[in-house]
Amino acid sequence: MSLRSLVARLPLARRAKRAAASAGVLVSEIRAVALAAWRRSLQLRVVVSTLALSTAVSLVLGLVLQTQIADRLLQGKFDAAIAQAESARVISERDLSGVDPDREGAQGTLNNALDQLTNQSTADSAGAPTAGEFRAALTTGTGSGPEISAGNLDHVSPEQRQTVADGALSTQYTTVDGIPTLVVGQPVRTAGRELQLYLMFPLDAEQRTLGLVQSTLIVGGLVLILLLAGIASLVTRQVVRPVRQAAEVAERFAEGHLDERMPVHGEDEVARLFESYNEMAGSIQTQIRQLEEFGALQRRFTSDVSHELRTPLTTVRMAADILYASRDELLPALRRSSELLVTELDRFETLLGDLLEISRLDAGVAELGTERLDMRHVVARAVEAVRGLAEESHTPLVLDLPGDVYAEVDSRRVERIVRNLVANAIDHGEGRPVNVTLAGDEHAVAVVVRDHGVGLRPGEAGLVFNRFWRAEESRARRSGGSGLGLSISLEDARLHGGWLQAWGEPGRGSAFRLTLPRNEGDLLESSPLPLQPEGDDPDTAHPLPASVPTPPWGTPIPSELRDGQPDDDRDGEGVAPAEPAVLDPRGDR
Amino acid sequence: MKSRVLVVDDDPALAEMLTIVLRGEGFDTAVVGDGTRALPAVRDMRPDVVLLDLMLPGMNGIDVCRAIRAESGVPIVMLTAKSDTVDIVLGLESGADDYVVKPFKPKELVARIRARVRRTEAEPAEQLTIGDVEIDVPAHQVTRKGERIALTPLEFDLLVALARKPRQVFTREVLLEQVWGYRHAADTRLVNVHVQRLRSKVEKDPEHPEVVLTVRGVGYKAGPP
Repeated sequence: MSLRSLVARLPLARRAKRAAASAGVLVSEIRAVALAAWRRSLQLRVVVSTLALSTAVSLVLGLVLQTQIADRLLQGKFDAAIAQAESARVISERDLSGVDPDREGAQGTLNNALDQLTNQSTADSAGAPTAGEFRAALTTGTGSGPEISAGNLDHVSPEQRQTVADGALSTQYTTVDGIPTLVVGQPVRTAGRELQLYLMFPLDAEQRTLGLVQSTLIVGGLVLILLLAGIASLVTRQVVRPVRQAAEVAERFAEGHLDERMPVHGEDEVARLFESYNEMAGSIQTQIRQLEEFGALQRRFTSDVSHELRTPLTTVRMAADILYASRDELLPALRRSSELLVTELDRFETLLGDLLEISRLDAGVAELGTERLDMRHVVARAVEAVRGLAEESHTPLVLDLPGDVYAEVDSRRVERIVRNLVANAIDHGEGRPVNVTLAGDEHAVAVVVRDHGVGLRPGEAGLVFNRFWRAEESRARRSGGSGLGLSISLEDARLHGGWLQAWGEPGRGSAFRLTLPRNEGDLLESSPLPLQPEGDDPDTAHPLPASVPTPPWGTPIPSELRDGQPDDDRDGEGVAPAEPAVLDPRGDR
Repeated sequence: MKSRVLVVDDDPALAEMLTIVLRGEGFDTAVVGDGTRALPAVRDMRPDVVLLDLMLPGMNGIDVCRAIRAESGVPIVMLTAKSDTVDIVLGLESGADDYVVKPFKPKELVARIRARVRRTEAEPAEQLTIGDVEIDVPAHQVTRKGERIALTPLEFDLLVALARKPRQVFTREVLLEQVWGYRHAADTRLVNVHVQRLRSKVEKDPEHPEVVLTVRGVGYKAGPP
C-alpha cells in the first residue's frame, strides 16, 4: 500500500522537481543578466551603491529621530499626568476624608467624589498643570471587605491594583479600545480603609502626532533616497559619458583610424585626460607613419638590391654558360672549373631568390593570389617538378591524391611548399619510398609528405624551419638548397592562414604536414590528416612524438605538445646521435 | 636574312654579353644604353624584337615601352629584375609581349626571342572570321566591316590561334604554349593581360566581349564566326 502510494506520488514529485529545476534555471539566468549588467555599467553600480547606503543611513536616522520624538512626547505627557494625579489625589482626600467606605451609601459618595474630580479638573484647567482629558475611577479594592467602585476599572491590571493597594504610586501603559492609555494609580486616605484612585489618560493625540511624524519621516526618507539615486545617476553620467566616448574613440583608433581624436572641452580632469590621450595618439600615429615609411624604404631597398645584384649576376651567368657550352674544348681543369662555376651559380641564384622572397615575406608585402583549385592538380604538378630528382636517387614516389579536394589557395606558393617538402623527403629518404598523401574535410585540406629515411632527432622537428639550419652531420645533398626553403614554406603556409608541421624519429623517418583552410581567411582548428604515422611500428612507439606544431600567428600551441617539448629535449641528450638532417631543397626560382 | 634585335640596357657588361650570346645564336644586334634613344633606334633600325630593360636612366622602361608601342607593333621582351606581380603586370599592360626575369639562362632568353620572331616565317593563305571581324592571315590584317584594326603581332597571333579552332576552349596553358612558345607552365598573367589588350581593340564593347569569350574556370574561346 505504502509502496503504491509512493509510486503514485512519484510523477508528481518528478514534475515538481522539473518545475523547480526550470525555476532554478530562470533564476540563474536572471542572475547572470544582472551580474553582467553590474559588471558592465559603472553608472548602475554607483546608483545601486548610493541607493543601498542612503537607505541604510535614512533608516538609522529615521529610527533615532522617531525614538527621540516619541520619548519627548511621552515624557511630557507623563510628567503632566503625574502632576494631575497628585492634584486629583489632594482633591479626593479633601472630599473623602470623612467617608468610610464600609458604611451604607458609600457608593453614592464615591460617585459624587468622582464627578467632583472630573468637573474640578475641567473647571481648573486654566493655570493648573493639565495633562488633558482623562477618566477617573475610584475603588475600595478587594483587600478587606466588599469592593465598592465608581468609574470603569476594567482596564486597570491586577498587578497595578496590587501595587496601589500596597500604598504606592503606580503608572502603567495599556490599551483601551485600541487607544494607548496611561493609567496612574495611587492610594487615597479616608476615614476608613484606603481607597484607590486611578486616572486614565488616553494617548491618542500623542499617537496621532507620532504617526504623522513617522509617515513624514518615511515619505521624506524615500524622497531623499530617490533624489540621491537620481543625483548619483546624473553625476556618474557626467563622468561616465566622457569615459564611454573615450572608449569609442580608442576603439576606432585601435581599428586603424589613426586620425581619431577625443573632443576636448574645458580644462577639467577629463579634458586633461583627453588631451594626454590625444598626445599619445598623435605620437603613436607619427611612429606608425614612420614605420610605414621605413617599410616602404625597405621595399624600395629590396627591389633595388634585387636589380643591382641580378644584373651583374645575369652577365656572369651568361658568360659561364658560354664557357660551359664549349667545355669540351677546354683543358680538364678548366672544364671542371666551368662546371663548378655553373652549378655554384645555380646555387647562388637560388639563394638570392630565396633571400629576396623571404625579405618580401618579412616586409609583409607578399601577396596571396588565391583561386579555388583542385588540390590534386596542384600537388601533382609539384611532384612532377621533382620527379627527375626522385629518379636520380631511385626513390619511389607513392601518391595518394583523391580528387575533388578543392581549396582556395595560391597555387604558386602551395606548389613551392609541396615541391620543397617532396624534394626534402627524397634527399633524406635514402631511396626508400616517399608517400605523398592528400586529404580534405569540411574546413581544411592537408598534404602529408612522409619519408622513411634517417628521421629527425628529438627536438629537431622544431629546428628544421629555422633559417639556414642544418643538422650537425649533414647528408650528401642532391638537390642543393639555400637553407631557406622550409622557412619560406612556413611563411607561405602562414600567409594562407595554414600550418606547416614536422614530425620525425631517428630511424623511422620524418613527416611534414601542410594544413590549409579550405576558404581563404578561415581559422584552422584541426587537420584532416594525422602528422605522426599511426602504428606502423608499434614496438618503438614513443609516448610523446618529437613533433613541434608550427602554428600560425595567434593560434595557441596545444598544451600537451608544448609541455612535451622539454621532455623530448631531455630525451635527446640520451639518444645516440643518428644522422638526421632536414635540408632545404631548391627554392622556387 | 638575320633577325635584328635591339637591346635597350644601361649596363654595358650585360649589353655586351647579350650581344655576344645573340650573335652566337645568329641574330644581328644593336645596343642603346639610354631610354630616350630607344625610340629613335626603333625607327632607324626597324628591329624584329626589342629587348628592353625595365630600369633605365633617362626614361623609365615602362614609358619607353609605351612610346614604342604607340607607333610600332614590334615585339617587346622585357628584362626585369622584379618578379613582383605589380611590376610585371605593369610592364605587360604598357605593351610588352613577354618578359624574362633576371638572372636568366641564355637558352631561356633565346627561346623567348625566337618565339617572338617565329611568326615572320611564311604562313598558308587563310581567311578567318569571328563575328564581324575578318582576319587575313598572310597579310596580317584584321578588319571589321572593311575598317582596319591595328594589332601587334602577338595580339594577332593570339586572335588567329583562337579563330582557327572556333569551337575549342583554350586553357591559358595551351595558349601560352601556342602563342608564346612556352613548353613548361609559365605565368598565366601573360594571357590575361594580352586578352584584355586584344579585347580593347577588337571588341565593340570590351565589357561584353563577343569576339574573345571567357569560359569561366577554363580559359578562352573565339566567338561564333
